[in-house]
Amino acid sequence: MMTKKTEENIFKVLMVLSTSIIICGFLLIMGSVLIKGLPTLSIEMLTEVPQGGYYFGKGGGILNAIVGSLYLSLGATFLAFIVALPVSLFMNVYLINKNKLLNVIRYLLDLLWGVPSIVYGAFGFIIMVYFGLRTSLLAGIITVALFVIPIMIRAMDEVFKTVPRGLIEVAFSLGSTKSETAFKVFFKQVIPSVVTAVLLSFGRAIGDAASILFTTGYTDSIPTSLLEPTATLPLAVFFQLSSPIPEVQNRAYASALVLILIILIISLLARIISNKNNLKKFNIKNAVNKRFIYYKNIRNNYNLSYKKRRKSQQ
Amino acid sequence: MLACLLLVMTMPLLIGIGLFLKSTLLLDNNSIINLLFSKTWKPLNQNFGFYPFIISSIWVTLTAIIIAAPICLLTAIYLTQYSKKYFLKIMHPVIDILAGIPSVVYGVCGVLIIVPFVSTIAPIFGKQSSGYTILSGGIVLSIMITPFILNILIEIFRNIPDELKEASLSLGATKWETIKFVLIKKASPGIISSIGLGISRAFGETMAVLMVVGNVTKIPKNALDPGYPLPALIANNYGEMLSIPMYDSALMFGALILFVVVLFFNIISRLTITKLEIY
Repeated sequence: MMTKKTEENIFKVLMVLSTSIIICGFLLIMGSVLIKGLPTLSIEMLTEVPQGGYYFGKGGGILNAIVGSLYLSLGATFLAFIVALPVSLFMNVYLINKNKLLNVIRYLLDLLWGVPSIVYGAFGFIIMVYFGLRTSLLAGIITVALFVIPIMIRAMDEVFKTVPRGLIEVAFSLGSTKSETAFKVFFKQVIPSVVTAVLLSFGRAIGDAASILFTTGYTDSIPTSLLEPTATLPLAVFFQLSSPIPEVQNRAYASALVLILIILIISLLARIISNKNNLKKFNIKNAVNKRFIYYKNIRNNYNLSYKKRRKSQQ
Repeated sequence: MLACLLLVMTMPLLIGIGLFLKSTLLLDNNSIINLLFSKTWKPLNQNFGFYPFIISSIWVTLTAIIIAAPICLLTAIYLTQYSKKYFLKIMHPVIDILAGIPSVVYGVCGVLIIVPFVSTIAPIFGKQSSGYTILSGGIVLSIMITPFILNILIEIFRNIPDELKEASLSLGATKWETIKFVLIKKASPGIISSIGLGISRAFGETMAVLMVVGNVTKIPKNALDPGYPLPALIANNYGEMLSIPMYDSALMFGALILFVVVLFFNIISRLTITKLEIY
């Protein structure tokens, strides 16, 4: 009987150990970037573009990379949103009864999610060459959008799954079309969660480096049009770190810190928004009642105008 | 809406076809077996042997999985079975943030912490090393895939019905016995597929590995040798891609290999998971 307990205890110690390894890893990563990056981080870093001799340790900052990254991921998130929203709505309104087909679609999306970003990069490069584009912001946006689309669809899909089925049925039974149901009922019901999904995808888009390595190029100036190459934060970190000069390497740490801070802010925002959404607990009765009144009004108006028309015809 | 859906659905096919068409130039001039198993990589002499890169990739991935899998499994069991509720609530943001950290930052941390660490422990095994080795790549990767595997495992352990546990406990088994004989057995397909997904993630990871693994075109003999995994090869040589068509084609072939391998692992693991959900 002693052995039973000892075995359990040994494994318990191992479990606590492995949990603390993960926590330690987390703290080490955050701590090391903070300690290394903070001393170099300055207002100058954040508000100036690189000047002549920047890569030999002279003055300047990484504003070009920060702005470039924001442009790139905003564009990519927007493009992905345009594709992802209709797809996820289509899956949850039109295909709601076709479970097998839905499973196949979700399976394919998961596969797409698993494709490494460097493969997307190579594919984006092929598209870019095919359409005769040069390395530019536009090519980068398209590549990153391809990379983000499956993530965003799956996130939104999970959100739309939580909408109670009764809501669709009520909307249908009151005579609304499927696309009306999708955009006016479904989408409105879960806007905060959709925003969370978009923010998470934005975080993904801004942090990825391998997919844009081929397609965006790198410059020291802030891009003024879609067809110009642009610098991005992850690549700025990468290039600066491979420099042999210690001052430039320190700047790489500071850039990494900026990148982490942006991502932390985004995920914090996403968390706050989704928590708020959870706070006002979803109440199906209220929601259905509200919708019912809404539709009753539409019906009444319609009937009124119908009667008026009848009268005028007579 | 349908058009968008169709566009997304044909994406995997499009990627595969695009990469394949680009690599036909290389495949026309070399046999596929020769490409995969030849050991000489001299692009200027038209020698494209992917063997060293494939072996390096496998080494790095295996090291990462060997480190990450037991840690994730033990942590998942601890978090779902032993720990208090609030602790899981604290851990969730930690895991999410770990998952959200960009790979470049992992690379920076690898250069800062793990490379010096490996170079100091290397003499213990009788080796001199700069620290830029397969082992460092594996360690960095293992941290990267931990949140990914852990999330799936926690989900799986949570979804096991409580009745199973209660039945086993009521028959007089201790908590640990219940975990060992009931929970792990029930979750084993899920555990295997989560590891498969971890493998596919690790195999395709680029930037972090590229920064710490050394990038020497040589077949690694042990974990303390530098390596040159496939994604790093593609990422490092993109600049020369446009100048030599054959080289371009070879790199696209590399991407194709990557795509196929990752897809393969993904398909198998996802199938196991969906089967688990049915029964």
